[in-house]
Amino acid sequence: MTKQKLVVIGNGMAGCRAVEDILKRDPHRYEITIFGAEPRVNYNRIMLSPVLAGEKAFDDIVINDEAWYRDNGIALHAGRKVTAIDPAAKTVSTQDGLCAAYDVLILANGSDPVRLPLPGSDLAGVITFRDLDDVDAMVAATETPDGRAVVIGGGLLGLEAAYGLAKRGMKATVVHLTDVLMERQLDESAGFLLAEALKAKGVETVLAGQSEEILGADGRVSGLRLKDGRVLPCDILVMAVGIRPNAALAKAAGLAVNRGVVVDDQMRTSDPSIFAVGECAEHRGIAYGLVAPIWDMCRTLAQTLTDGPAAYEGSVLSTRLKVSGVDVFSAGRFSGGEDCEDIVFRDAGRGVYKRLVLKDGKVAGAVLFGDVADGGWYVELMRSGEDVSAIRESLVFGQAVTEGLRGLDPKAAVAAMADDAEICGCNGVSKGQITTAIAGQGLTSLDDVRAVTKASGSCGSCTPRVEHLLKLALGDSFKAQTGPKPVCKCTAHPHETVRRTIVAEALKSIPAVMQALEWTTPDGCAACRPALNYYLICAWPGEYSDDKQSRFVNERVHANIQKDGTYSVVPRMWGGVTSSDELRAIADVVDKFAIPMVKVTGGQRIDLLGVKKDDLPAVWSDLNAAGMVSGHAYGKALRTVKTCVGSDWCRFGTQDSTGLGVRLEKYMWGSWTPAKVKLGVSGCPRNCAESTCKDIGVICVDSGYEIHIGGAAGLHIRGTELLTKVASEDEALWSICAIAQLYREEAWYGERIYKWMERVGVDAIRARVEDPDERQALHDRFSFSQRYYRIDPWAQRVAGRHGEEYTPLSRLMESERT
Amino acid sequence: MTVVSQDSIIWTDVGAVTDIPLRGARRVPTPQGDIAVFRSGDGEVFALRDHCPHKGGPLSQGIVHGHAVTCPLHNWIIDLATGAPTGSDSGKGCAPSVPLRLDNGRVLLGAARPAH
Repeated sequence: MTKQKLVVIGNGMAGCRAVEDILKRDPHRYEITIFGAEPRVNYNRIMLSPVLAGEKAFDDIVINDEAWYRDNGIALHAGRKVTAIDPAAKTVSTQDGLCAAYDVLILANGSDPVRLPLPGSDLAGVITFRDLDDVDAMVAATETPDGRAVVIGGGLLGLEAAYGLAKRGMKATVVHLTDVLMERQLDESAGFLLAEALKAKGVETVLAGQSEEILGADGRVSGLRLKDGRVLPCDILVMAVGIRPNAALAKAAGLAVNRGVVVDDQMRTSDPSIFAVGECAEHRGIAYGLVAPIWDMCRTLAQTLTDGPAAYEGSVLSTRLKVSGVDVFSAGRFSGGEDCEDIVFRDAGRGVYKRLVLKDGKVAGAVLFGDVADGGWYVELMRSGEDVSAIRESLVFGQAVTEGLRGLDPKAAVAAMADDAEICGCNGVSKGQITTAIAGQGLTSLDDVRAVTKASGSCGSCTPRVEHLLKLALGDSFKAQTGPKPVCKCTAHPHETVRRTIVAEALKSIPAVMQALEWTTPDGCAACRPALNYYLICAWPGEYSDDKQSRFVNERVHANIQKDGTYSVVPRMWGGVTSSDELRAIADVVDKFAIPMVKVTGGQRIDLLGVKKDDLPAVWSDLNAAGMVSGHAYGKALRTVKTCVGSDWCRFGTQDSTGLGVRLEKYMWGSWTPAKVKLGVSGCPRNCAESTCKDIGVICVDSGYEIHIGGAAGLHIRGTELLTKVASEDEALWSICAIAQLYREEAWYGERIYKWMERVGVDAIRARVEDPDERQALHDRFSFSQRYYRIDPWAQRVAGRHGEEYTPLSRLMESERT
Repeated sequence: MTVVSQDSIIWTDVGAVTDIPLRGARRVPTPQGDIAVFRSGDGEVFALRDHCPHKGGPLSQGIVHGHAVTCPLHNWIIDLATGAPTGSDSGKGCAPSVPLRLDNGRVLLGAARPAH
């Protein structure tokens, strides 16, 4: 029997894999010819990254050497590019005139890297990352001393290119168009961790960076200019912005082509004798760029061409890669979606982040960072569509833990665990260590176990299992305890731990805090995000950049939302003092913007109610023009300083209470605090400014200034307590700033001064504020912070900051269409 | 302005996906009241009537977390995919979803074609 002629276009991973799979099934059926555009044998393209990084040589990544072609009787035409297919004659022909006949043709000619049409993209030194020639060009560039590289594209290939170049001693910068690295494989948290890990390896990332022009000198690349004007100098520029299936050859031959060469479930194109696999193929609308689906396609094709029709039904996409020694894995709908639920696990100690996405009780996707051991298992669960509701509790801990516990009630499951089974993953504590400690040292509480073994002391996720062990050992005499309340449902940690950790570990962003403290949700909630944002503002003034999406609406838009969705505007009136010019300006604003309500507040200022959101910047602009600034009536911040008229006018006044109030307000305004802070300064003990129900109140007396704290006159009514007494106005100001700073640094978010005082004790606060060195240090820190926050947010917004906050996305749907 | 018609729905291009801040929202006014267009931290886009089922609070002004938004008026938590309140408020009404399509980085909102 004469053999059928099989011709393969493409000597890459797909083409050779298809041939291997065919040979495995039926080594004698076909006479095989392979055409490859690259002048070399078949190699593992995925391993080009380690070659670039200098971790492997080309010989290490060859899949099939020349002997393989020879032994299997395969004719290899390397370096000969097929330029035409004639489906009617069943022949293919190359550029140099070779013509080969086929009975069966396989297209496996892969894809081309996309080149951005930027000005300067034709300069020498601008390359893509696709084949060995590109790697050679990159390696040559690394020989420039102190060389710099820019990589456009923070996807898988771009990051591997940047890492390889950095490893070879270049200063590498990745410019990525969106705000998350590898956003098609990773969610925001994992992307953040990856950027951090890359930074530690010498790769900088520029997120949301739009490339505008490639700059050159003497015909060679010299830098990249971004849309925002930044210029990144470089000696080599790598474009890694995606791939485009090679479909031109098939199209010219009259085959059905979309983005790629269209194939059915048997990998057959619109011509029954021609098949396509790999990156050039498009199956059910998807052109795959990852290796796992390609293996699946090759298997199906090989079976179809030997044993009879098989069906490829698409692949569950998963990506596993290692960048700078960090394992990353993602699969399926890793960023969730409609009706999906998340299970999040973070282990800061090990740098691990896991997110599982469940839909209808089944695994729909997963992102793993740092520990990818269970990636395959999650893909298996996705593929099988198994209902995982019953194993949900342990799912995120992986297959070993889950299958160890399956079908058992939690207490029995813990009882059934072997003594060397790990209970606390954070601290590596086994069941045996815990039970031995309980019995040997007579431990009776969770805190005891934490103190002795460290188990459950970090992320807290094993707390139930530790409690089960206590119950098993102690029986009914064990009562689960309640520790300090966590910040919210997203974390096991109380405010105190969060604040301490931010400072101790120099955490400077919300994702950094969430990772270090093992938040269980991808991006927190409306309770914890504002708290973290405040803690970071307080800990790192001038360094931390405020996350406005983590601000409650009033602080985000700098006005108070009202029940009908309009806003109220309260300009500052220093110490409650105003003037005819200010009042006139307010009156004009009220008329100009038809503001429906003008109200005098209890804090000695004027509230303009019913302002439309779109009008806010214009209202502020007019108030600014008359010298008025934001009153922060909307914020957890310094609100009002209420005063009486004091010694200037009042026959009982002992000191200039109005002057001190104005001075305090002008010094302290703009500062963000854990909860609102209202001050009062009264010129004598008759207390007309009602200072003894303020957060901080001053009562002036003949001999000086009494400073009171902890008053409240809202939900709770309580008078202040006398904290200290000072002789001069300067000392009063220093002491009050010191109190405010201590409160800013130590109170919990949302905790008013009176609550904080009840918790820590007025004596403890007094001891610190009356210590001259401590008072000075606290005042200096307050003063330093004020360099960054004593700024009028209204004026910034009048000047255009966050303009999108005040304008609709579009007005195109505003009027009824006919 | 791009208006694409498909069956009985008129699609309007209201802007780029990136015009909506991550973990934020923008408003699109219509004669029937505002539409809130959200973008979650993982980049998904959702559109709901900007009206909390509780007391009509503007959801576009709330804090976006996961695939949910917390209403700024009374802290109801609304699922962005369904518009339904979650937790102890579930089952108490719904902020209606608005037809939404993404096309090449653009956000298109759908409105029923008026009968002729």
